[in-house]
Amino acid sequence: MVEFFSQGGYAFYVWGSYGLGLILLIAELVQLRNRRRTILARLGRLMRVQSKTQGGRRQSET
Amino acid sequence: MKLFRFSSPATFYPLAGKLIPSFAVVATATILVGLYWGFFETPDKLGGTNPQKEYYRIIFIHVPAAWMSMWIYLVLAAYSAIGLVFNTRLSFMLANAAAPTGAIFTFLALWTGAFWGRPSWGTWWDWDPRLTSELILFFLYIGYIALHSAIDDPRRADKASALLAIVGLVMLPVIFWSINCPDPNQCAALHQRSSMSQMEPNILWSMLIMTFGLWMYSFVAIFMRLRSIILDREADTTWVKELIAQEKR
Repeated sequence: MVEFFSQGGYAFYVWGSYGLGLILLIAELVQLRNRRRTILARLGRLMRVQSKTQGGRRQSET
Repeated sequence: MKLFRFSSPATFYPLAGKLIPSFAVVATATILVGLYWGFFETPDKLGGTNPQKEYYRIIFIHVPAAWMSMWIYLVLAAYSAIGLVFNTRLSFMLANAAAPTGAIFTFLALWTGAFWGRPSWGTWWDWDPRLTSELILFFLYIGYIALHSAIDDPRRADKASALLAIVGLVMLPVIFWSINCPDPNQCAALHQRSSMSQMEPNILWSMLIMTFGLWMYSFVAIFMRLRSIILDREADTTWVKELIAQEKR
């Protein structure tokens, strides 16, 4: 196990490469998930505001 | 027309959503298999004309990332061209969605290359033709993203950045043939010409499997980003409004 992690003394280079790869891919996925949530929340708010103003108009018309 | 059935954002949005989980499963499985094979079933050291110690195992992420950086650029430019010719919104959106993932792979190729170059050549960076042209590819991705976000009107932004993507296509053959050094005494190329048949089969297979895994990953990332772009740009359409209303219930 120790032998595996030391990679013949080149642990810094090997894990430095794979570590950044892992970080970048996970960060991209997290960012994408957050972006989707933000957009859905914004569109949901927009819909609520629009339906409220439409309802208000209908009430004032009658 | 049947050919263009999935070329509208409204039909591609649910299709991409259905495909993402399958791509994610295949990507995770192949990356794990590739890493296991690459780390446990390969020799610790390489002899021959180009002796390498354990640090050569960076190859299983370095080469796949570099290949993906070029492949995604080709896809980006192809969708840009299709968008310009047929004026299809979805093509531009796909090109937009591909750019950040391509930039990430380009950066990863450069970074892992530096981490390989340090123990192997004794330097993090050199203005070698292949390293330099890959760096320019990274700047092209950044330029594409920056140009698109600098123009307020999305349709104009699409067209301007598509043109940049197509012009930037000249870099791909430069990167590809940047190892063509006829006489090693006359010009120094750090990347040597190599053929797949000369590679140790275990190393070759782990590398190819990792490439496939990263390719599948890029489908996941690009489709996720595409769905957000579609929602953003089609927010005023009835189908998006119906979709949001359904999700709230």
